[in-house]
Amino acid sequence: MSESAVQTAPGKLAFRTSDLSKVYGEGPAAVHALRGVDLEIPSGELVVLLGPSGSGKSTLLNILGGIDRASSGQAYFQDDELTAMTDRRLTAYRRRHVGFVFQFYNLMPSLTAHENVDLVAEIATDPMPTMEALDLVGLTPRATHFPSELSGGEQQRVAIARAIAKNPTVLFCDEPTGALDSKTGVGVLKALQEVNTRLGTTTLIITHAAATAAMADRVIHFADGQIREVIENDHKVSPDEISW
Amino acid sequence: MLAFASILDRKLLRDLWRIKGQAAAIIFVIAAGISLFVMSHGMMISLDETMRAYYERYRFADMYAPAKRAPDYIVEEISALPGVNDVEGRISGGGLVTLPEAPAPISARVMSFDPEAAAPINGVHLSEGRMISPTRQDEILLLKSFADAHGLAPGDSLSVTMNGVRHSFAIAGLALSPEFIYALPPGDFVVDDARFAALWLNEEAMEAAYDLDGAFNEAVLTFSPNANEEFLIAALDRILAPYGATGAYSRADQISNKFLVEELAQLSTMGRVMPPIFVAVSIFLLNIVVTRLVQTEREQIGLIKAFGYSNRDVAVHYLKFVLAIALGGALVGWGGGIWLGRMIGEIYRIYFHFPFLVFVADFSTLGIALAISALAAAAGAFFAVRSAVTLTPAVAMRPPAPPKFASGDGFMKTISGFLDQPSRMILRRLSRQPGRALLTAFGIGAAMGLSVMMRFNVNATDYMLDVSFNVVDRSDVFVSFVEPLSDKTVLELQSINGVTLVEPVRSTPVMFNHDRIEFLGGITGLPDKAALNRAVDTDLQDVDITGDGVVLSEQLAKILEIAPGDMLSVEVREGRRPTLEIPVTGIVESLIGTPAYMNMDALNRQLKEPNRVSGAYLKIDPRLRQEVYNEIKAIPKVAGVSLRREAYQNFEDMIDEGPGVFRHIMTVFSIIIAAGVVYNSARIAYIERERDLASLRVLGFTKIETGYVLLGELATLAIIALPIGSALGYLIWSYMAAALSTELYQIPVIYKEDGLGYAAIIVLLATAFAGAFIQRDVAKIDLASALKTRD
Repeated sequence: MSESAVQTAPGKLAFRTSDLSKVYGEGPAAVHALRGVDLEIPSGELVVLLGPSGSGKSTLLNILGGIDRASSGQAYFQDDELTAMTDRRLTAYRRRHVGFVFQFYNLMPSLTAHENVDLVAEIATDPMPTMEALDLVGLTPRATHFPSELSGGEQQRVAIARAIAKNPTVLFCDEPTGALDSKTGVGVLKALQEVNTRLGTTTLIITHAAATAAMADRVIHFADGQIREVIENDHKVSPDEISW
Repeated sequence: MLAFASILDRKLLRDLWRIKGQAAAIIFVIAAGISLFVMSHGMMISLDETMRAYYERYRFADMYAPAKRAPDYIVEEISALPGVNDVEGRISGGGLVTLPEAPAPISARVMSFDPEAAAPINGVHLSEGRMISPTRQDEILLLKSFADAHGLAPGDSLSVTMNGVRHSFAIAGLALSPEFIYALPPGDFVVDDARFAALWLNEEAMEAAYDLDGAFNEAVLTFSPNANEEFLIAALDRILAPYGATGAYSRADQISNKFLVEELAQLSTMGRVMPPIFVAVSIFLLNIVVTRLVQTEREQIGLIKAFGYSNRDVAVHYLKFVLAIALGGALVGWGGGIWLGRMIGEIYRIYFHFPFLVFVADFSTLGIALAISALAAAAGAFFAVRSAVTLTPAVAMRPPAPPKFASGDGFMKTISGFLDQPSRMILRRLSRQPGRALLTAFGIGAAMGLSVMMRFNVNATDYMLDVSFNVVDRSDVFVSFVEPLSDKTVLELQSINGVTLVEPVRSTPVMFNHDRIEFLGGITGLPDKAALNRAVDTDLQDVDITGDGVVLSEQLAKILEIAPGDMLSVEVREGRRPTLEIPVTGIVESLIGTPAYMNMDALNRQLKEPNRVSGAYLKIDPRLRQEVYNEIKAIPKVAGVSLRREAYQNFEDMIDEGPGVFRHIMTVFSIIIAAGVVYNSARIAYIERERDLASLRVLGFTKIETGYVLLGELATLAIIALPIGSALGYLIWSYMAAALSTELYQIPVIYKEDGLGYAAIIVLLATAFAGAFIQRDVAKIDLASALKTRD
């Protein structure tokens, strides 16, 4: 692993938000997805966001990931204010710094596993070799397969390889195991932890599975658009020991 | 929402609203086809009815029997023929109008007219001024279109040369006539208001001018519905033979009527060939849209079936959906067709000099339009609806299997090796459903085919003009004589200062006769090594006319069922009126008319009229044009003067402003088809891939990079469509050219790259236009929500 892969020094903040709010709709039909969230996430941590549906965790992830906009308040990535960026700058931010892993994998069905990773590597400034990314998630033997020829867990691991191939500064995972059974999900979580520890990528994981919290550096509990509780976890366990 | 609308109907209305852009595109394609149909059909009815009413009101003659000089009492003999309703013997002659501001003499047809007749045959519609006096010999009625072209009004005077003598007349009134709906100068084939005049004088004046006291030179007659035309023609020819008959002909051969009937035939062809193309494209569009709709609504279909709705309910639901679109298309098309019809009707009214022309908004066409659209809709939705009906609820509620892709083998793999990932996505999507890609390319190709057809039409017209004016006839002026003159006239013309070349021609009206097939036509006698007016075949090579035989155009040979080597019987209809037996020595393909060529000397020898000419082609020094015109004006025995440059200009004007306006309409329609097909295909591709596109945006692809995946596919399809469109255009035009070809014109199929280039540009522009709409959708894609949903 090259030194440049580690892009943020420990101790520095990856994200900071202040009074961050998001309202969908207007008037009596308005939905307050986020109600003044203040948060700091140090670089290099693996953070798990927990909370019931509609508690605001996905909204926060989307705003931090540059695919949605806040209604008020500020969000910073390192020293750059995300909430002040134009569409074009947000695209550049995602392209350069952000890796995404989605609940439904969102692979391009017309591209093989290898090509799906290449898709991102082609537009990245400093990508890792595609085979290396696939190797990291244990999918080297399946590189030439199309998504329709892969199991759900395999598809999600391709998605992780695709997300990390650009050497992202941050990795966002929205319900990465939501569509998978427990055993397969553990494999995916192991891949994510591997990336976090080996590359030092700040990783935010949204999950319904509370047990996942056991592998996090930090656990953020959401409820009703607000942070209920932030727990720093001193006793991280391996994903192998997690089940749900 | 309407109270009586069922829940499914509400869903239908909302679905329609959701795909309003696509629905509008299909509605416009259907509407384009329907409006062409309504317009051409309505125009045909309108022209036909106007023509019929006009003919009836002014008692347009059913038959014409020209002669040289027949005593008035012969009229009695003719009127006694069975089937004859009414006969008039009139005097009709050529003349030349001289106007101070017109550089060249203008051809005129002068006719006798009885101002006191209650209902004369070939009556006139007096549109301005008053009727001529029965007693004054210096008054005329003047064709309104000619008067308008020169700013002449009742009260003005006009100088006319008849039979070599110049007369001055006062214009009493302006008239329209069913004889001159299509007012053609002699020797031309394009209407020119400024260069053809028709005049009506009272009988006394005409008898004096043409030296026909107590005689007539043309019998015009009407007959009863049960009259036998062939019998009458034969009888008239027999009765008038001693008086120099040149051959009776029926209304069908009257030149103005003939052109009008051909215009009707062309409208009918247009109305028959064009709409099916639009209907086929709309069937295709409805097919892709409804197929997609059923695919996205699989779960809903399963659900409503699970609730207990029957297969029939489901089928009716989707049929209603397409019928709503079809109804929209039919109504917009019907309204558009009437609007187009009114516009074109006005152009026709002016062009054909009808005193009235009302475009008939025929409600029967609305019924046909509705039926056609509904059938197209049902055909387009058939497969999709069938798949919706056959879905069992359990299957429907499971998501469809994920799309399967393959790297392909050999060729595809090699190409993929050179491409970046987005380009590979384009290539694989196209190759995964080649049938669908090809159909889309065909749809775009159909649009291009229409453009190609229109451009080939332009090319064919240009080619015909080029052949007529630059290859066949390279003269500046054609002068025709009242009767065949001695070839000394050639010398006379030659001596005019400014005339650089004179080439005589001897043409004679004849009745061809072979194996009991008769055809009224003419033989053109050309001099050796003709240079100004040549006989050429379709390859534009000179036709060899050196021998004693006659060379026939292929169309004429076909009509007469005759082959080279056969003997052709020719009844000459002038002079001594001999009947000749002439061998057919050759057959040539010809673009215009049904000509028969002979060597001029051989023809004169056969006629036993050596050294006679009936007209001459001149080449003149452009600097001395006016002087030459003045000299020609002064020559008696000149029946007409035709200026090639002006004829050429006229033709171009007619194409640009007259009925040629069809071309512009067709161009607009082909853009509608291209944009409709491209937009619908793109929109469906967009909906199918919204999630992929959103993923690309999230992964950091810019809007343009993301749009490329979609628009690259469109562009590829448009490019595949180019050769398809070229081939379709060629096929459609080949068919149209054959269908539009008549005895008067043989329309050629000319392949020219610029026609393809022009059509390609239209298709690519329409693609770009539709692409811009889709790129706008790509730019507005909602990243957060697109990612949450499963396929």
